Order: sequence, then C-alpha cells, then structure tokens
Amino acid sequence: MNLKPEQQAILNGEKGETLAKVMKTLVMFGEAFDAETMVPVTSKYNHLVTSFGLGALQPVYDLMNQLIDAGALSSQKFTADPRPMDKNVPSGLLQNLVFKNFMYNKQDYYENQLKKLGLLNDDAFTCTCYMDAVGNKPNKGDVLSWSESSAVVYANSVLGARCNRNSGILDIMGSIVGFVPYFGLLTDEGRKATWIVEIKTSKKPEAQLLGSAIGMKVMEDVPYVKGLDKWLGNSLDDDACTYLKDFGAATASNGAVGLYHIDGLTPEAVEQGEQLITDGAKVYVIDDAELQRVYDNYPVMWKNLDAKPKLCFMGCPHMSLQQLKEWTDKVESSLRQYGNKKVVIPTVFTAAPGVLKEFETTSYSARLNAAGVITSYICPLMYMNNPLSGKMPVITSSNKLRTYTTARYFTDDEILVQITKGGK
Amino acid sequence: MKTFKGRVVTPGTSKAEALVSHSGLNTLASFQKALQFGDKTSKCSDQNNEELYGKPMAGKALCLPQTIGSTTGGLVLYTACSMGRQPACMLFANHIDSLAAAGAILANIWLDGVSMPVVDSLGEEFLAYVKDGMQITIDDSGTVTVI
Repeated sequence: MNLKPEQQAILNGEKGETLAKVMKTLVMFGEAFDAETMVPVTSKYNHLVTSFGLGALQPVYDLMNQLIDAGALSSQKFTADPRPMDKNVPSGLLQNLVFKNFMYNKQDYYENQLKKLGLLNDDAFTCTCYMDAVGNKPNKGDVLSWSESSAVVYANSVLGARCNRNSGILDIMGSIVGFVPYFGLLTDEGRKATWIVEIKTSKKPEAQLLGSAIGMKVMEDVPYVKGLDKWLGNSLDDDACTYLKDFGAATASNGAVGLYHIDGLTPEAVEQGEQLITDGAKVYVIDDAELQRVYDNYPVMWKNLDAKPKLCFMGCPHMSLQQLKEWTDKVESSLRQYGNKKVVIPTVFTAAPGVLKEFETTSYSARLNAAGVITSYICPLMYMNNPLSGKMPVITSSNKLRTYTTARYFTDDEILVQITKGGK
Repeated sequence: MKTFKGRVVTPGTSKAEALVSHSGLNTLASFQKALQFGDKTSKCSDQNNEELYGKPMAGKALCLPQTIGSTTGGLVLYTACSMGRQPACMLFANHIDSLAAAGAILANIWLDGVSMPVVDSLGEEFLAYVKDGMQITIDDSGTVTVI
C-alpha cells in the first residue's frame, strides 16, 4: 500500500507502539482487499456497533484499555448501538439478576471506556444514529469508518455516504488515525450493482421480508432494485426512509449487503440510473410466491409452536418518529375493531433516546401509552440473547431479531392482529 | 486427495478436520452462545445454518464461502480467538469479506500466541469437493490439501 508520509510515520512507531499497531491493523486490512491507498475519514461523527458490556467480551475491553492507556482516542465523537438493558421492558426477577450480574456485568465499565474514547453524549445509544433527533447524519459523499450493519447500509444507500462494512474495533481504529483503506464501497467501481432485482409483487412488499429475500440471494453484492418505486414513490420522504431503514437492515443481517440502489429513488440511482448496473449482472425476480417461499422457510425456534406470545418487540432497527406515530394510529384503530382497550400481549416499541424524547412531546405518546404499549431505547437483540429470554415465546416483525434470536417473525399486519385481538 | 491453491490472508500452517458450510457463516449468530455460556467447543448456534447448527466449530478447518450478518462479526471472531475457541483455520472459497478479515487480522496483530491461519479465493470447486470430516492440511503458501 502506498502510504502518505504521516501515515507511514504512524506505522513506523513515531507516535507510539499502540498507534503503530492500530495503523498496522488498518494496512493489513486494506491489503486483504488490494487497497493501494488510505483516504481521510470526512464525516463529522463516527458510529460504533459495540454498546454492550457483555462479560464475555473482556478481550475487547482489554484491547480498548490498551488504546485508552496509550492516549489513542477517537478523533471524532461517536454514537454507539443501543444499550442492552432498560427497566421499562418487562422482565422477571431472575432475568434481571442474569442481565445485571452475569451477562451485562461490564455495562458501566464499558460505558466509561466509551466516554474516554469519545462518546458523543449519554443519549448517543441507538442503531439509527442517522435520525434527525440523534444528529449523526453524514452528508452525501462523506467517507465513514462506521460499523453496525443496518446503519452502514442506510448511510451508503439512502444518504449516499461511503462506508465499508467495518467490523467492531476496526470502526474506532479508522477514527483514531483518521484514515481508512480505500476499497470496496468507498470506490465508484465497488458501488456498481452486480444484481438486478425485479419486484413483481401484487402489493407493497413487506420491507423486512423483501430485504431478507434479497440479502439471502445476493450475499455481499450490490443489488439494483427495480419496481419498488411503484410502491415507495420517487421521493425520499419519511415513509420511504422508514421503509428503506427496515428493508436495509434485513438485507444486511440475512445477507451481507452494504449498499443497494432503488431505481428512481436512492441518490445514486436517481443520478446514474441503470449505468450503475455492471455488464452480466445476475437477475432475481421477486413475486408474491417467492416472498411466501422465503417466509415459509424461516425456522421457528419455539418449543411449542402454539404457545401464546409473552412479549412483542417492534423496532429492530429502532423505529422512526413517523413509525411510532403511524403505529399509534394502527394500534388504536385495531383495538377499537376488536373491542379491546389495551394490547393483549406485552408490547415494546424501541427507538433512539432522542426520537423517544421528541415523540413524548407529541399527543401520540399519551395515546400509545393508553393503549398499553411500552416504549424503550433498549436493543431487543441484547434482551433476547440469553437462555431465559430465549425460552420465551416472543414475536416480532424484525427479520434481524428473528435471525439472531428465538423471536418468531410475523408480518406487520399479523403482529398488529396478535397484539390487539388476542384470543377473541 | 486434491490440492487447492488460495491466497494467504493471515499466515500459518494447520492440520484439522473439515467442517463445511455452503452458505455464508453468520459469525455473531454462530458463536454468540458458545462465547457467552462457556462452551469450549463453540457449537454453532445459528439456527438458520442447517449444515452447521449444533456442530462444534473450535479446532475445525472451517470451509465456507464468506461470512455474513452483523458487523460485530470481526470482534466476535477476535474474542473466540482470545478464548481459544476459534476454528483451527478458516478456508474461504470466495474473496474474504470485511468482517472475517477484520477478525483474523485483529487476532494476528493484537493477540500473542494465537494462530488461526486464513486462506481465501480457493474457488467454488473447493467447496464442491470438501466434505465434513475430511482431513485438511494447509501450508504457509496457501496450498490446501484435502484428503
């Protein structure tokens, strides 16, 4: 790799042994992808995937301590993924004991590390850092050193920023030295589509089901999606952005998609159209039958398939303000239809702390509360990742949550009926 | 017996029994239970991976196309290496992905005395040929021998 003098100096150890190891890591990482240069990180803020003080991740905290002790701190402030615990979320005594004293016994310790390394503020914990209420929204063309698969794919696709699917730890290392290796989704060539996805469904496809189907098919390739603008329109309004947030999260967790283009909608597709598609691109046609096939093939990890759900999680990735408002209307309306006053299954809607604060200033907040829905900033995935929660019959419309836990996937419409109708 | 030539991502030699996934390995989903709950054999906990689910991954020659899923992937692999619960080596049919590369490189640079050689670009023919239980030997030039 051709390093600039200041990069070579760091690698040579002129700023200390630890920074030299950080640079060596980034150089070796770049060389694995034939990167020839490193380019400056230009976004205002960074975003980290690791937000949880999981006792099992002690090796990660040890490495972070090496960075802190050497003064190798982030050159940018950063946001981080959601916290793993929130007392608002229903949990039993035993669960609380396991969460605090066993699983996440390093939470306070790790949050202190994050503060030393450059955490933006106490409310900076969310996977949707790009929401206006959070404030970590990169500009088109910005080069990022982010991780968090759902945030990376959103930043690349919807915002037009440039970021590879960086792993945790590599994310902060890029920010510490201020450079990242130039390859993959940072390059014009790497942003070209090698798949054409043709949407031929009879109705607007479920965002997280469609994303799952595409992710499993194209893996880490870049898809160019045709026919979705018919359902989403040609403007990146709140509806479209919310849809793409959920769609992208499923492409990234069920596969490894870091960038997608939506014909007539996302910035590069609007600018360049089908010039983004490479010669010989493969074609994947998605119709109603294909989505049904994908849905039917999800494994269900419940011991008793007929168990009554004990909890419902919505918001993986975290819900948008628009989504919280829309679901307030939907829940109220459906409760009226089925003659209920409150949801019949404990239901948690998760969103960024900043989004929740904004939501609480609207009239919707009291209405959602009256319907019995709990709001939280928690990471549902972190709540579910233990044997006690794993045995609970939990339902969700998040394909990301389904992928990593025993939560059972249902479509939004199915979830709405389940939480409002109950056994009636 | 057949040999395949790949590219060395992290150096080393290894001799181990093959464990094969034809679909992408979701690193977080696969290792999360083993790392949290003391399973030294690293039984795969990814319910979506029919080939690997429930099988021990530690000490195996893990043969796969690439890894997928959460960007915690690299630090999960790094943690597995730190705890001695990693595969003996990882052999990729495709070009390595950014998450697996990060995990292997972090372990190589930041952990002392840990070895997890990684070879990529072995080709589709490699994954078509190799089966669970076959003996794998890799040398430090990226040559993989399958018996």
